[in-house]
Amino acid sequence: MHPDVVVVGAGIIGAACAQALKARGLDVVVIDRHGPASGTSSAGEGNVLVSDKEPGPELELAKASRELWPELAEDAEWEEKGGLVVATTEEASEPLKAFAAKQRTAGVDACELTADEALAHEPHLNPEITAAVHYLQDAQLNPVKATKALLRGIRIIDAEVSTTDGRSVTTTTGVISCGAVVNATGPWARHFGVNVLPRRGVVLVTTPIPGTIRHKVYDADYVGAVASGDADLQTSGVVESTQAGTVLIGSSRQRKGFDDTIESKVLKALARKAIALFPMLAGVPVMRAYGGFRPYAPDHLPIIGEDPRTPGLWHATGHEGAGVGLAPATGRLLADLLTGGTPLVDPHPFRVDRQEVMV
Amino acid sequence: MRIVVVGAGPAGMAAARTAADAGAEVTMVDSEPEAGGQFLRGRAKFEHRGVTHLKNTEAWMVEGRTLHLRGPRQLRFDALIIATGAYDRPLPFPGWDGPGVITAGAAQALAKQGVTLAGRVIVAGTGPFLLPVATALQDLGATLVGVYEANSPLAWTREAKAVLANRHKIAELASYRKVLPRLETRTAVIAKHGDRVTVAKLDRHWRPVSHRTEHADLVCIGHGFLPRTDLVPNAKRTNDFLDVDDRQRTSVENVYAAGEVTGIGGADLAAAEGVTAGAAAAGRQPPPEAVEAVRRGRLFAQALSRAHAIQPGWKTWLSADTTVCRCEKVRLADLTDATGMRELKLTSRVAMGRCQGRICARNAADLTGIPFDGQRRVIAVPIPLGELADLPEETP
Repeated sequence: MHPDVVVVGAGIIGAACAQALKARGLDVVVIDRHGPASGTSSAGEGNVLVSDKEPGPELELAKASRELWPELAEDAEWEEKGGLVVATTEEASEPLKAFAAKQRTAGVDACELTADEALAHEPHLNPEITAAVHYLQDAQLNPVKATKALLRGIRIIDAEVSTTDGRSVTTTTGVISCGAVVNATGPWARHFGVNVLPRRGVVLVTTPIPGTIRHKVYDADYVGAVASGDADLQTSGVVESTQAGTVLIGSSRQRKGFDDTIESKVLKALARKAIALFPMLAGVPVMRAYGGFRPYAPDHLPIIGEDPRTPGLWHATGHEGAGVGLAPATGRLLADLLTGGTPLVDPHPFRVDRQEVMV
Repeated sequence: MRIVVVGAGPAGMAAARTAADAGAEVTMVDSEPEAGGQFLRGRAKFEHRGVTHLKNTEAWMVEGRTLHLRGPRQLRFDALIIATGAYDRPLPFPGWDGPGVITAGAAQALAKQGVTLAGRVIVAGTGPFLLPVATALQDLGATLVGVYEANSPLAWTREAKAVLANRHKIAELASYRKVLPRLETRTAVIAKHGDRVTVAKLDRHWRPVSHRTEHADLVCIGHGFLPRTDLVPNAKRTNDFLDVDDRQRTSVENVYAAGEVTGIGGADLAAAEGVTAGAAAAGRQPPPEAVEAVRRGRLFAQALSRAHAIQPGWKTWLSADTTVCRCEKVRLADLTDATGMRELKLTSRVAMGRCQGRICARNAADLTGIPFDGQRRVIAVPIPLGELADLPEETP
């Protein structure tokens, strides 16, 4: 076996890279130690968002991805549900409106709503909100089904990779020589030389209450929590339904390595913030909680490109909590760069040769 | 020394008494209105100096040395004893999710509450537990159509050592003599449509070799048990049951386990494990007679798990549209190709519903050949968001 490219990691990013490379006619093999979408990809909500991104390179990548997803996610419960971002305090109202105005100039569909209009969209929303913006492009999919759809027809090897020199990978089941290697190992990417750290997140799941919550609804302070680099616990109210009628409640961010214990203080904070958005949730039972690790790059930008220190080794990681949303464009961009095509978006901001990324 | 015992069945009561007698300050938490557990439901009069019995109280998470209770309320402990027991594992077959099929455990619980289950009744599955259930139903006036044991009693001839060490178990059989004439072995219920029940003779792998139709209003099924171990999701386990050492210590520091969470062996073994755990948790040597009773009881428990093991032929009882997961209405045909439980759950929705896979996850793993991951659930019982919001800022 001598594939053109070995992709390490069968999460949503590895799958998108493999799919894009295969579409160029390259022979691609994916290696994962636990199978498709077994790590970060299945530990989130499957969001495809533009609403939480300020104008800049990540928004451009998100917009390009949003264009690509509907066709790719056909069998993956794709739902254009839209996002509703609300301010819950007087102070948060103006910044939310200003943020949305900036996004509109960058091509985001962001409609300001009055409180009454917001309540018409979400009847159970706390009427005390001070501002609301409706993002029509925000969507959701089933991340495991989407990963498997991208991987259709691609060989997956069940093994763990210990080292790579860009021209071969050493795995628990042997050495595979190849033309190039893609490190798509998400929060475990540091093992292959880029400064990516795990940032813990926990999601609560309620018993089914179908039809009660219609959009992805979140507190405007979420954008600040995403942009922060603080290691301490940060939480923000993020509430949405799944097609099964359960309600997913996030979000928390915490840097504490790969420690996966669930802490009651995180459950408390998530519950309080969800109830602040939807008071009726106070009486709804939570039936499970799950957590995962976002791949966090200290400068908050994905890492997509060839490693200048190891020719043949490419990285596609550091998407933090936005991997599902950014996956198709990441795969396309990586394939463009690897095959010498015209890049889908400006690749410079995502290059590996960044001060905070090289370790 | 603060010791918290979760569960007030034979194991939990024995652990609480022993720890209190050793001078510990003991709190016994149980979700039922009276002590006794499944075995002595409502018939145990529990009162013991030094033991506070919290009734109608559900525990939902262990965090360090704090046990979180519904309320919300927290209990600090120096040692925690998990004695939360086990629940029936029902195997699916066409019609098992329809009316008139309940677990043997549910039938026994109803019977112990004096609920009359009149009409024609079948008890089916594997294990000696089917006999007391059938006896209880018959005593309440039910017409016993049959007691169907899928395994062969001949398996016990290979377990002489375990039988000899536990002769009192043979004597117990005598108390079920009224239902023994109705007992058929290598026999199973493999379908139920209305009151028409398909009863099959099985080979030793549980593949049907012939079948007939019986009429019954109620089928009570129990194919062994699964332990209730949600409070210690990270504790080491073997075949689902918690691993314990000779002091009943689990792999989690300061956490002990006693009773059916460690293996199925009856109330006397559970009580002996409770005594051992209670003594060890309180820093005492467990009494030698309890240690000896645990040793003998484990021989029996191991023999029981061999003689009444589930055989793979049950998978042939299902058809493509047989329900596997009742909460999310997942059929056999809906189970997808997957390499792990999480992938299987998120693509088929099996085990994602209200019961969180307690009934179906193990069966789904067997049906797909996916290694069973032991189902780590971090919240042991559903808890309203409003209650989570009322948790204290810092864990005491």
